[in-house]
Amino acid sequence: MIRVQSEIFDTGEEIKKLTAGATNIGAVVTFTGLVRDFNDGSGITSLTLEHYPGMTEKELAQIEEEARKRWELDDCLIIHRYGRMEVTEPIVLVITASAHRKDAFEAAEFLMDWLKTKAPFWKLEEKTDGNSGWVEERHSDLDAAKRWE
Amino acid sequence: MKILYFAWLRTQIGSPEEDVTPPPEVNTLYGLIDWLKAKGEPYQSALSDLSVVRIAVNQEYVTEDIPLNGTEEVAFFPPVTGG
Repeated sequence: MIRVQSEIFDTGEEIKKLTAGATNIGAVVTFTGLVRDFNDGSGITSLTLEHYPGMTEKELAQIEEEARKRWELDDCLIIHRYGRMEVTEPIVLVITASAHRKDAFEAAEFLMDWLKTKAPFWKLEEKTDGNSGWVEERHSDLDAAKRWE
Repeated sequence: MKILYFAWLRTQIGSPEEDVTPPPEVNTLYGLIDWLKAKGEPYQSALSDLSVVRIAVNQEYVTEDIPLNGTEEVAFFPPVTGG
């Protein structure tokens, strides 16, 4: 399941909904990405996430499909927000549910690694010095994604 | 054909999207890029270094030149930084 939305989400509520009535789930792994107050040595006051409507949903759906092929997942959910968000707000949520924890852990890592390098989102940072700028691609993200090839 | 620009490419081009009608001899993706660049600034600078630009045709990533027949939407954007 994927959702692209501007609204804030509640991780606890999403876990409850995803696992409701399922008696075969033995493991739920969640990852939440938050807006932090620094990046590359600069102070950050807010982030604005831009995305490519249409293509974003397609890419996220493909990433989910790939995870379901590679691991035994009972269910999974990706929520990615767009628009302006303040420090401490959640940006992204990944939940994986499986009978076994290894599948749930690995699939969650995979989903985030692929999402960071394939899903068409861009971060614009507003900095404490009054400047703003687009966040550049990170080599560490590319390396992390490569290990799943 | 619709052309979309995102993030710093949108800022540099000065618009999120435009409709273009290239002449029939412009029939490949790289031909389209050359045709846009030939229009001068801001296209010339924005599309000068394709190593920092990602391209999607009909919402699928494209990494090499392809024929343009059937193309409705071409998007230019920087490497992604979501998550």
